[in-house]
Amino acid sequence: MAADGSLAGVALRRGAPNSLQRFARRRSSIALLMTTPLLVIIIGLVAYPAFYAIYLSMLNRRMTEFVGTLNYEILLESETFWMVAFQSCFFAITAVLLKALIGFWLAHMLHDIPDKGQRKWRGMLLVPWVIPPALSTLGWWWMFDPSYSSINWLLAVISVPEVPWLGHHWWARIAIIMVNVWIGAPFFMIMYLAALKSVPEQLYEAAAIDGATGFQRLRYVTLPMMANIISITVLFSLIVTFANYDIVRVLTNGGPRDLTHVFASYAFQVGILSGNIPRGAAVSLFMLPLLALCAFFVLRGVVRRNKEQM
Amino acid sequence: MSATAANRELPGIYHKAGSLRAERRWALWVAYASLTVAAIIFLAPPFYMLITSLKGSAEIAGMTGSPWLVRNPTLDNFVAILTSPMFQRFMLNSLIITGCVVAITMVVSVLAAFALARMRFWGSQALATGVFLTYLVPDTLLFIPLYQIVGGLGLLNSIWGLVLVYPTLTVPFCTWIMIGYFASIPKELDEAALIDGATWPQMLIKIFIPVALPGIIAATIFAFTVSWAAFVYPTAFVTTPDQMPLTIGVVSQLVRADTFAWGQIMAGALMAALPPVVIYAFLMDYYIAGLTAGATKG
Repeated sequence: MAADGSLAGVALRRGAPNSLQRFARRRSSIALLMTTPLLVIIIGLVAYPAFYAIYLSMLNRRMTEFVGTLNYEILLESETFWMVAFQSCFFAITAVLLKALIGFWLAHMLHDIPDKGQRKWRGMLLVPWVIPPALSTLGWWWMFDPSYSSINWLLAVISVPEVPWLGHHWWARIAIIMVNVWIGAPFFMIMYLAALKSVPEQLYEAAAIDGATGFQRLRYVTLPMMANIISITVLFSLIVTFANYDIVRVLTNGGPRDLTHVFASYAFQVGILSGNIPRGAAVSLFMLPLLALCAFFVLRGVVRRNKEQM
Repeated sequence: MSATAANRELPGIYHKAGSLRAERRWALWVAYASLTVAAIIFLAPPFYMLITSLKGSAEIAGMTGSPWLVRNPTLDNFVAILTSPMFQRFMLNSLIITGCVVAITMVVSVLAAFALARMRFWGSQALATGVFLTYLVPDTLLFIPLYQIVGGLGLLNSIWGLVLVYPTLTVPFCTWIMIGYFASIPKELDEAALIDGATWPQMLIKIFIPVALPGIIAATIFAFTVSWAAFVYPTAFVTTPDQMPLTIGVVSQLVRADTFAWGQIMAGALMAALPPVVIYAFLMDYYIAGLTAGATKG
């Protein structure tokens, strides 16, 4: 009797955690099944290639021998590489600053006008962001065309001398930045507008009661409330702009005399077009430190923002 | 110091209060002026592309008068581009690639986002962070190793190679914003479903997908526009014209064809840009929701 009872007790006691365990197992196994495709994509097509790139960059040109850091050393000694590094940083920093400033200004202007009209304006101003960049850059290329530049024609109306847009390397750099700002400023505008709308109206009322001027409102209410979004957007844009390829490829293809290459287009030129895949991989890996730094801060900003919202 | 003190005196305040309306009007005027200038600059390139595409070759080659006006508008360029078998091929390739990639992306990211948002399991937090990190890895960092990998699979010069690699551009972001949308669904809803004996797949299909439909539409639009506009991968992996999608097809093949075919190039670029623009025009709110969700949600 006693043995029977204890047996039944054991069976019962074992039964309860068993079904629970099975439930947990089932739930986690379903979850694993659901995330498997994602894991395959992330590991197989992002993580593995990233490490494979490091390995590739340490091979010789025909990919038969391991040469260590030779590719990096050769690059660090070449003048073109340093020019590319300079151009990439110059391009990314200038373009992101301009995009952020123009986006900030336009977001404020949009926020100032009555709600009814905002939709229409917002719809119009986001168009550059919607057109695939490679195609709109093609339009810009035609506008910069040396023989029949429509921009130079407009400048001639206000009697500005002809500008050799893509012929001279400094003008070509400016042209690349112009196109990038044109494409990217609407994105900043939309992000900042969303952030502006999320600032509680009471804060402005309180500031108004305290007699704050417009500038003080901006400095002590708007900017602190938007700081996180601003930093996330700027860092994110820094990553995208620094790694940009479309505009340089379509507009100048690196010319004149390889003076407008950025890391991405130079890596393409060396790796794919000239067939030196290991050196191309080395060029693109030089982007990694800056990108990793930006990514770290973006992630921190996003996590902090999540905590704020919780 | 004395100037700021003077500003705080009563007359200053009275003056300000008196001119509040004038100040408001002035601010509005500045706002409309800047928006108008911005709209003109932002819309000028597409407008100029349209103007060029409506010109005949003779008018473009003439190079006289204002380039911003069209004297003899003609649809010849559009007819030529739409009847060209090459352009039709590009269009078809783009449609196939984008269709496949959007389908793959949505299935993968909805499943994964559901698991990550609701079924807490070992490492799910780390994985969610990892997804966001993956989104920050640019395609220009990966195209050289992927070139080797795709080449090893024998998929260079094939649209299927592109279908294979495009999900790296779309899946991380779509998963990330879907996690955000799913996490915002109240827990009570799935507890009720669990009590009623719903299984996890039932819960996903009957509750989460319908409730998070706006998010799914936003993610779909994102996946569509990104894979339609992708440029680095097709440029690197495809060199034969009959396997090219629109972006690289228009940029490389039409430009190479003839130096004076600017009208056709612009017509081709406009036609290629049309699908994302149309989607944007009709689904603007979803489009913007998807754009801003990355930083404000999840």
